[in-house]
Amino acid sequence: MSNNTPTDPTQDVFIAAVSLVKVGEHWDTSLRELANHAIHHVLIEANGLRPQALYIANAFAPILSRQTQLGALVADFSGLRGIEASTVEAAGASGGMAVRQAYLAVASGTCDTALVVGVEKITDKIGPSMLAALSSAADSDHEAPHGITPAAQAALLMRRYLHEHEAPADALAGFSITAHANAVSNPNAIFRRALSAKAYSKAAMVCDPLTIMDAAPSVDGAAAVLLARGHVLPTAPDLPRVRIVGSAASTTALALHDQPDLLTLTAAKQSADLAYAQCGLSAKDIDLFELHDQFSIYSVLELEAAGFAEAGHGWELARDGEIGLEDRIPITTFGGSKARGDPGGATGVYQVAEVTLQLQGRAGDNQVPDAKIGMAQCLASAGATACTHILQRT
Amino acid sequence: MEQSNQDRLLKPSKQVGIVGYGAYIPRYRLPASEVARIWAGGAGGVPIVEKAVPGIDEDVITMSIEAARNALARASIDPSEIRAVWVGSESHPYSVKPSSTVVAEAIGATPHTLAADWEFACKAGTEAIQAAIGFVGSGMARFALAIGMDTAQGRPGDALEYTTGAGGAAIILGPSDESLAHFEGSYSYATDTPDFWRRADEKYPEHGERFTGEPAYFKHVLTAAKELMSLTNTGPEDYAHVIFHQPNVKFPQRAGRMLGFADEQLEAGLLVSVIGNTYAGSPLVGLASVLDIAEPGQRLLLVSYGSGAGSDAFSLSVTDRLVEAREKAPSTQDYIGRRTEVDYATYARYRGKLTLS
Amino acid sequence: MEVSRHWRLKKQRYALQGEVCPHCSVKIFPPRDICPDCGLDARTPFQFSGRGEVYSFTTVRDAPEGHSEQVPYTVALVRLEEGPLVTAQLTDLDQQDVEIGLPVEMVTRKLRSDGERGMLVYGYKFRPLLRPAA
Repeated sequence: MSNNTPTDPTQDVFIAAVSLVKVGEHWDTSLRELANHAIHHVLIEANGLRPQALYIANAFAPILSRQTQLGALVADFSGLRGIEASTVEAAGASGGMAVRQAYLAVASGTCDTALVVGVEKITDKIGPSMLAALSSAADSDHEAPHGITPAAQAALLMRRYLHEHEAPADALAGFSITAHANAVSNPNAIFRRALSAKAYSKAAMVCDPLTIMDAAPSVDGAAAVLLARGHVLPTAPDLPRVRIVGSAASTTALALHDQPDLLTLTAAKQSADLAYAQCGLSAKDIDLFELHDQFSIYSVLELEAAGFAEAGHGWELARDGEIGLEDRIPITTFGGSKARGDPGGATGVYQVAEVTLQLQGRAGDNQVPDAKIGMAQCLASAGATACTHILQRT
Repeated sequence: MEQSNQDRLLKPSKQVGIVGYGAYIPRYRLPASEVARIWAGGAGGVPIVEKAVPGIDEDVITMSIEAARNALARASIDPSEIRAVWVGSESHPYSVKPSSTVVAEAIGATPHTLAADWEFACKAGTEAIQAAIGFVGSGMARFALAIGMDTAQGRPGDALEYTTGAGGAAIILGPSDESLAHFEGSYSYATDTPDFWRRADEKYPEHGERFTGEPAYFKHVLTAAKELMSLTNTGPEDYAHVIFHQPNVKFPQRAGRMLGFADEQLEAGLLVSVIGNTYAGSPLVGLASVLDIAEPGQRLLLVSYGSGAGSDAFSLSVTDRLVEAREKAPSTQDYIGRRTEVDYATYARYRGKLTLS
Repeated sequence: MEVSRHWRLKKQRYALQGEVCPHCSVKIFPPRDICPDCGLDARTPFQFSGRGEVYSFTTVRDAPEGHSEQVPYTVALVRLEEGPLVTAQLTDLDQQDVEIGLPVEMVTRKLRSDGERGMLVYGYKFRPLLRPAA
């Protein structure tokens, strides 16, 4: 064993390159083209480093695009024909889970490099059939037949949360307002405009008490991250190195009604705790947190699950001004799902790419000052699957 | 001659009675004035006050299930002992696939049971009762469930549309000594009389307008009632309550008067003005309403009418058990009192009269 | 068109038939043959009463395929009196205000249909008590 190689292989996985495609309604771009855009740009940034395995984060292509076997398809149409490639699917948590599979592949020593591309082509279907696809993450025997949707699940949680913790009706406003504020300067965001408290309070109802301003738009997107062991990286890099110091995933009951404690995101808490334990860090060490904000209530519940607030107090972080770029715990620093846009199973890859940009000081107007340690956490449906990554600038 | 006449009285070898009953009426109401507003410029009289309209998630199957659960609650028997689940209706949700299997499964009567759907216009429910009397009375089965339930069809703008309602009742028949009301005898009368029909695959029925009166409804109802009273040596004065099939208010009232009944004898079982004509449900929900208030020892006359055409008539006497049993489930008036008025547009939507595809 | 997947769930869908754990007596709905509490085999059928109360609720206006004809509809989490929480629609609501804690009872209604030609899917919904407890 050479002196350059860390004794712990799980601490020898770096983010070698990232790329992000603008999130939006890409009517003229197909699933394979979106993936190709992300892969093309990540390989340019990788500067000659070639992936040895490809993990595709995707949730809905089998339903929305009637396409399975994305591994072969994406590899072929991205110039990587022949590479080991397959899909990692865990609904909204697919992105994090694919990063984790790549991480495990590299940490195990099986590969020196592994590429993750998150891609979701939502707009191949429209209206009720699109909504049926998004609702497929819920229990298809015991939730979907009752007409449940992702928004309805979030609304059920939101109503119960506001009820139990006697929070005001506009308790969650700050999360959406912060997300929109951060998206203004993100060229990859779908909504590059600020949201006022007044506009939030007048927003159209989706599933009461949840309004359109508590809900992220489900749209197309693709992002890629290349993971690599230290010894294949340039010895004199242009950018600070970013290491994955914590990686963990967890699950709980699939159906909302089967959760042991409805307002505790059990899987999110468990995966965060495991990730913290892996690197010996805790919530107070985290400089920014890219969380799952498909609906604003999940931001609150995740902040509580990951240790940034006591149960019932997560909403106060927005009220007290603690989640902005220069505040105690910046979240959704590029707009999050709410304003950057929510590309389904690709979301977790966007999060890891965005944390990397922050830690490398490449976030431009979105920069969190002197960010050294960042966390990304994605969830599926109402938190049945959760995946957490902690990244550190070295 | 008298000997052969007496042979027309239908009487089982074992005594049979009603051991449980339950009504169901959906909560929505369409005032007849709404139909008049759309189709008659608001002018002219209307035949009833309002009719019951099923919700968007209701049909004969779901309504039968609730009525059957009410009947079971009153019967206090194990549903697995029911050997027949019979649903009479003009609005079975499927043309082919029984309503009765869903109902039987939902109430826990499967699998050792004879599930079947009955069809004879508005008397499909009393047909099922008549057959159940034979089924139980022969000793073949201890309990049989007969249901009459409809979400009645009427073409938009047709005279029928003022009255076509939704509702019905479920009756569990069993041994007389366990019964709430005992069958003293029954009679059935049928001729081929085409006063009202709906061809296969047609959405709305056709009817013979004035032909539906004298040669059809009155001929069959009056004959059946007279024959049964004659065969049982009873007269109108012997019945505390009489229930007729009720397509409107006038027909049963006129039939009652022609037979010598006072209007008061019809009152408890005459629901058409507030729920509409519930087709196969009509005589059964009328009977349920009477059982809600009848006193032990009272005698009841039930006469159905089914277009095409025929009538079944039943003479019942109420037992002591009724008083306690009727408290065990919602009354017919509980359902009638649970009332939400809708306008014609909402009714058109709930009844599938809007073109969606 | 889906046939067998609805058929195989008919007992629980039509009448809230669940299970009771023979080891720890916990009542289980929907049935899953494994006790969610103690993890042991639990296959003893248990008939739920159908009574419960609203734990949380919302109204769906944009519905997934198969449910569009019923919009707007109210979806709720209902806490059954025997313990389990279930996801189900509330029906027969009309203008009645729903609130957390509202007592409800189970009714069997049409959940959806597979288009004009497909199967009708029946199952449990809940409504405010027809006869409020005295």
